Amino acid sequence: MNPSPGQTVGPFFHLGLPIDGGNELVPSADPGAIRLHGRVLDGGGNPVPDAVVEIWQADPDGNVVREAGSISRDGWTFTGWGRAATDPDGHYWFSTVEPGPTETGRPPFFAVTVFARGLLDRLFTRAYLPDPELFGADPVLSALTPERRATLITIRETRGLRFDIRLQGESETVFLSYPGQRQSWA
Amino acid sequence: MDTQADINAEIAARAGEKGSQPRLDYPPYRSSVLRHPHHEPEPVDPEGVELWAPVFGHRDVGEAEADLTNRHPGEPIGQRMTVSGRVLDGDGRPVPGQLVEIWQANAAGRYWHQRDQHPAPLDPNFSGAGRCLTGPAGEYRFTTIRPGAYPWRNHVNAWRPAHIHFSLFGTDFTQRLVTQMYFPGDPLFDIDPIFQSVTDPKAREALIAAYDHELTEPEFSAGYRWDIVLTGSHRTLFEEDPA
Repeated sequence: MNPSPGQTVGPFFHLGLPIDGGNELVPSADPGAIRLHGRVLDGGGNPVPDAVVEIWQADPDGNVVREAGSISRDGWTFTGWGRAATDPDGHYWFSTVEPGPTETGRPPFFAVTVFARGLLDRLFTRAYLPDPELFGADPVLSALTPERRATLITIRETRGLRFDIRLQGESETVFLSYPGQRQSWA
Repeated sequence: MDTQADINAEIAARAGEKGSQPRLDYPPYRSSVLRHPHHEPEPVDPEGVELWAPVFGHRDVGEAEADLTNRHPGEPIGQRMTVSGRVLDGDGRPVPGQLVEIWQANAAGRYWHQRDQHPAPLDPNFSGAGRCLTGPAGEYRFTTIRPGAYPWRNHVNAWRPAHIHFSLFGTDFTQRLVTQMYFPGDPLFDIDPIFQSVTDPKAREALIAAYDHELTEPEFSAGYRWDIVLTGSHRTLFEEDPA
């Protein structure tokens, strides 16, 4: 069956998509919490203030989480999923924990989805933890030039990780296609 | 600012390009110009979390959230509708127990949103957002009001066909979809660059709901049916939930 076409989230998604606490996979006050954050930028280097970023990640031991509760957070259940809208500076943030590797020896990453007004379909990417010694074992990272690879790697900061998303132009983020949707790009 | 005739000429120049999905590089939709990647996406095989989707449950979504007409003390203005259908994966398998979110304008074409300031009335009894979980056969069902068409600033005298925004999850992370459902026979289809960004007419049809008299409720609501097909799942049928 042909997949239904995507369409932009448009300018009014704040009506339907944002969730209270949606960006707090663990409470930001939790001493073990880290901040994953960054800016969404367009091809002119301008902030994208009407974007939505979603992350989906393993827990710190590399387990895929099968827990409900992302919409009504109880402060205790780690669901592995979060959603954040960008602010007027194009900035988004999540409070979370670092994912572990789902396969031994492979570099852990956050799976990331990006939506925005002006973006006609969602984009997929990955935000890898900055563990360069593991990058050689990763088929995606090893297939890219160093400049392109760098767009997929988070930058470690005090209590957090930074991941900017550039939709277009110089240092454009590497976006991904999976076998299920490759025909979409034909 | 460009006229509708300029936009129509640009739409015509791209019409019929093949592909089931919207062109991301589609200048008739002016906001897309700086917001689409220039590089082709990197082909990857999904692994780890990408083979699974987040889980939502009844603690997340109350039954009442599927009725957009009962969120306020009074009845909203407009034609009441039942919108129902199934969420399927690319192999036609239902996606059960998964989150569906919708948002839309009111009957006058006005969104309950600070950014929509055009001179159509807000309806104090209609905020325009709902969600539900799909049933065992992937079915969803919303009660709402038929949204109006509304103006936007892509070009002079730009109007969008009436639509409802839908946000969907599958069984895999890679099936995530946000799209819009349209109504049959809308006279604005041909001049709307967002709808026309899906350049294959056959693919566009998949965005249009069908009037369904079986769904119409006597003396209550008009029924529209719309099925949504996600991309194929990458997992095998026999893969168990991880521990």
